[in-house]
Amino acid sequence: MDAFAAQFLDLEVMQRYLPDIIDGLWVTIALALLVIVTGLVLGLALAVIRAFQIRVINLAIVGFVDVFRALPPLVILVIFYFALPIIGLTWSGFVCAWVALSLVLASFAEEIYWAGITSVHKGQWEASRSTGLSFVETLFYVVLPQAVRLTIPPLTNRTIAITKNTALASVIAVQEMLTVAQTSLAYAANTSPLTMAAIGYLLIFLPLVILSRWIERKFAWKH
Amino acid sequence: MSNGNVVEVVDLHKSFGDLEVLKGVNVTVAPQELVFVIGPSGSGKSTMLRCCNLLEQPTSGSVLIHGQDITVAGVDINRIRTHIGMVFQSFNLYPHMTAIGNVALALRKVKKMQRGEAEDRAHQALRRVGLDEKALSHPNELSGGQQQRVAIARAIAMEPDVILFDEPTSALDPELVGSVLAVMHSLRDDGMTMVVVSHEMRFAQDAADRVLFMDEGEIVERGTPDEIFKNTQHARTREFLARVTDH
Ligand SMILES: Nc1ncnc2c1ncn2[C@@H]1O[C@H](COP(=O)(O)OP(=O)(O)O)[C@@H](O)[C@H]1O
Ligand SMILES: [Mg+2]
Repeated sequence: MDAFAAQFLDLEVMQRYLPDIIDGLWVTIALALLVIVTGLVLGLALAVIRAFQIRVINLAIVGFVDVFRALPPLVILVIFYFALPIIGLTWSGFVCAWVALSLVLASFAEEIYWAGITSVHKGQWEASRSTGLSFVETLFYVVLPQAVRLTIPPLTNRTIAITKNTALASVIAVQEMLTVAQTSLAYAANTSPLTMAAIGYLLIFLPLVILSRWIERKFAWKH
Repeated sequence: MSNGNVVEVVDLHKSFGDLEVLKGVNVTVAPQELVFVIGPSGSGKSTMLRCCNLLEQPTSGSVLIHGQDITVAGVDINRIRTHIGMVFQSFNLYPHMTAIGNVALALRKVKKMQRGEAEDRAHQALRRVGLDEKALSHPNELSGGQQQRVAIARAIAMEPDVILFDEPTSALDPELVGSVLAVMHSLRDDGMTMVVVSHEMRFAQDAADRVLFMDEGEIVERGTPDEIFKNTQHARTREFLARVTDH
């Protein structure tokens, strides 16, 4: 037990590396928030565009979405970081991680929103159109509010799952929390920084998980 | 050209793929008239109604609203639809909005009324169907009959020239049918022009000016309620009436 404590809960080591870990925590939070906002907004935009049923555009959307859902996020991250410079784009690791994870989240989110849109009963469209609302007005005032509501539980789960992948950015030298913890761990020859990182992740994601439970209950569909 | 008719359906044909559902239907609806449409399931009644506001696009033929052919290219269908109310079998209220929100939506977004004006008008419409006290209820808090009355309020709030009813009471528990028919009856008494597809023969007898019997995509017989219900000239009408009045 003492050996465990010395390895994982060395207070002296923790104190020494706490400021670094906190710096990493902020990077992780910033990356996570950017990914959530960009991914969810882009996903919704794609689903809305798909609702117009323009054949070529829909093929492009479905192709994009399927590729980004099929590839492991780590592979996408590495490709962005190492392949983009070859075509002259030099993005920082942070931007690479932001864009790559946003695209992954957008792909999953698009499919979830789309499933929500198609599950809204045809009669809702007809009632709205019969009173003179246009296609776009019906989509925004009648269909999307119902679709988004239906999608909130799967969407929060998926968002949390993908946002946790910010830890993958450690492989492309982003100074987020896990990277900092690993560096500290090497210097200190002690795993306590990792314990701090784990606590840090809990601090970020546990509220999100609890929030998602609350949202699920609040938006549970009552007919 | 319009002969004063609110709706004129001329030689209307509609096919879904190889299936010819309407085979040359002609209907006229005069102002303040209640035209009642009966016929077996699958005979094309809904399709005919839905062609009148272009929820279905006719294959050929025309639909005239106040003399204007709405099937030709270049028609602003969203504007035309504000003159044609529709009430559906399954109510189709918006579940994320209150009753008053349901009624006010098109007033605000299509008629571009300010919130206050739209809500005044929506309250009026809800009072008209006897449900103003439910203005802030969501559809899931209302009975089927109340939902259908809100749907009627949503239609009349637009002050349409005609309202199309597609089996408005077919989805209701029997004890709730009366309240909806009562509202429809009072609309008729106020001079609303209506086309009603329904199996409520007693209502037709009371309230209809004319009854059309549709079968297999054609209007087989038309006449006053007495002519159709008491003195039909057609075997097909007689068979149908015998079947529906049996139970
Ligand atoms: N969107 C559609 N696609 C294919 N067939 C349809 C469609 N709508 C209606 N039909 C068919 O058209 C026929 C008439 O339907 P409908 O107008 O709903 O009849 P009714 O309202 O008299 O019961 C039925 O055979 C039905 O299956
Ligand atoms: Mg029908």
